[in-house]
Amino acid sequence: MAETDSPALEARDLHLWRGTKHVLRGLSFAATAGHLLHVRGPNGCGKTTLLRTLAGFLWPEEGALYWAGRPVNDDRDGYAADLAYLGHENAMKADLTALENLRYATNVRHATDRRTVEAVLERLGVHAQKDLPFRSLSAGQRRRVAMARVLLARARLWLLDEPFTNLDSAGVRELSSVVAEHARGGGIAILTAHSELDLPGAELRRLELV
Amino acid sequence: MATWTWFHKLASPPHFYRIAGKMIPWFAIPAALLIAAGLYGGLVLAPPDYQQGDAFRIIYLHVPSAWLSLMCYMTMAISAAVGLIWRIKLSHALAAASAPIGASFALLALVTGSLWGKPMWGTYWTWDARLTSELILFFLYLGYMALRSAFDDLTRADRASAVLALVGSVNVPIIHFSVTWWNSLHQGSTVLRKGGPAMPMSMLAPLLMSALGFTLLYAALACVRVRGEVLIRERNATWLKELDSA
Amino acid sequence: MSALTTSLPRAAWLVLERDLRLAFRRWEQVTHPVVFFVMVATLFPLALSPEPSLLRTIAPGVVWVGALLSSLLALESLFRTDLEDGTLEQLTLSGQPLAWLLLSKTLAHWFLSGVPLVIAAPLVAVSLAAPGESIAVLMISLALGTGVLSFIGAVGAALTLGSRRGSVLLSLLVLPLAMPVLIFGSRATDQAMRGDLSNGPLWLLAAMLILAVTLAPLASAAAVRVSLE
Repeated sequence: MAETDSPALEARDLHLWRGTKHVLRGLSFAATAGHLLHVRGPNGCGKTTLLRTLAGFLWPEEGALYWAGRPVNDDRDGYAADLAYLGHENAMKADLTALENLRYATNVRHATDRRTVEAVLERLGVHAQKDLPFRSLSAGQRRRVAMARVLLARARLWLLDEPFTNLDSAGVRELSSVVAEHARGGGIAILTAHSELDLPGAELRRLELV
Repeated sequence: MATWTWFHKLASPPHFYRIAGKMIPWFAIPAALLIAAGLYGGLVLAPPDYQQGDAFRIIYLHVPSAWLSLMCYMTMAISAAVGLIWRIKLSHALAAASAPIGASFALLALVTGSLWGKPMWGTYWTWDARLTSELILFFLYLGYMALRSAFDDLTRADRASAVLALVGSVNVPIIHFSVTWWNSLHQGSTVLRKGGPAMPMSMLAPLLMSALGFTLLYAALACVRVRGEVLIRERNATWLKELDSA
Repeated sequence: MSALTTSLPRAAWLVLERDLRLAFRRWEQVTHPVVFFVMVATLFPLALSPEPSLLRTIAPGVVWVGALLSSLLALESLFRTDLEDGTLEQLTLSGQPLAWLLLSKTLAHWFLSGVPLVIAAPLVAVSLAAPGESIAVLMISLALGTGVLSFIGAVGAALTLGSRRGSVLLSLLVLPLAMPVLIFGSRATDQAMRGDLSNGPLWLLAAMLILAVTLAPLASAAAVRVSLE
């Protein structure tokens, strides 16, 4: 793939072992602007491992990962600057308020004013909880605040591991529309989810791990 | 170019396994001969030291094991660095294999050092500068092995202990310097005088032979242990099954 | 690739600010290591004898050993909660150089664990019959030494993240590396007690601090990445 500035993720023949278990066995795929990739498979097949490898926590023993035509290993920090990862944990400090948490999480990357943060919280339905300590929020509210961080990260690649955990149906709908909007705007989203996804107005591709 | 091919071949586990297996007798036999010669020369042939009498003879065991304990640590740190930077698994195997060998040498140095202290000063341990440094080096080895055993995942154990080995190697000179300084302030006993600034050849030659013998012993032991590491790490690999059935 | 618009100093400052803000929300936890320090110092007169001439001799050593053990305890909290709530892995994905962010975190830790020790030290020293002239040097040596311990300890804390019996293992790893600090720190105080110049050891401590600040964050970053695999 030629060097380009448009968002493009390519994995070539990834092999990864966790201990003696051969989790990723020659995985290859490509995703460009507007792609929504739903990673599916039975429990333990490596969905989280794949997402963590794409995020850069794990290094494949063989194979290579390319972003915008360049090998990810050439500039790991640069690659990280262009992605937002949502894992099983919400990555928020329990003793800080939602607003404080987001202020720290976003300003480390890009200067973001308070109004923008509040607008995103509003969009995700957790504006009323912005000044409450994070630990006093419900599980669903916490997940929404965690998603707010992803939205505010100004990242073209979203890696979301079970983003809909603990969300009620309204929350799932709201988050789905946010993810679909990201793809429509030219971003890439790769997510794992147990259930079927309904992402309005977006072309959903599936990656089945066996 | 040919040397790089050789190096790459060596870094491949099946090749290393074969080559190391062949090298073991080439290390072990000269090692045994040199150590025997060195010990005979030192324990029997060399004249008694005019100050210490026969007690000094322990240096023929003590000094080489102290040198080796330090050399093993450096080997461990360097191979850990290589494994960390270039992600060569065999390099990590060498680091893992060297640790218990180095720790044993350190323990031997400590034991022989304190045995030397008894006839000289009446007690087995006098917080001598070099022995205390050796003790801290021994602690560093123990910490390294403890860290390795804390991980189930071998890759994480390799990489974490590699970072520790590097941090430790930076600290070894600092520790040595600070302990020497600490000891000099208290006019501590310097048990380990090597018989003055110029050792006569009759004393020095056996010492060098012994040291060289110990080094080759390390090489032989390292080959054995790294082969063992390779067996563990590659136990599911096809080449190993073929070897077994061959 | 989109470049980050926040400068590295600003990002490092935000990491520092967050840790300080969190500590002040639970300031009572900051006091625990200091209480431990005072208790440890109390053990020695109890175990040996309250004889002032004896206490005076051992005072620099006791204060320093207590400070060292207390620092080891405080290291536990450096990365643990960050690992558990997922903020540590986000630091590695910030796009900013991780070593600098960890330098910032360790500075915050040094401030939070070192300052209370430096303040409590004179009280402990006086209780151990140390003469007044040595107190200032004691405080300076602790100020410098706790810094070295924080930075070296951060590497150990990162390496033992999430492993079983982490705190014992952390002590095994950090104690040998901390022995030079102990030697110079207590020596500086001892020399001040005798009325000698204590510049030598203090300068050596300062040099060790500079070495630790420049090199340890790199090792900590490598160790954190390994721990997140």
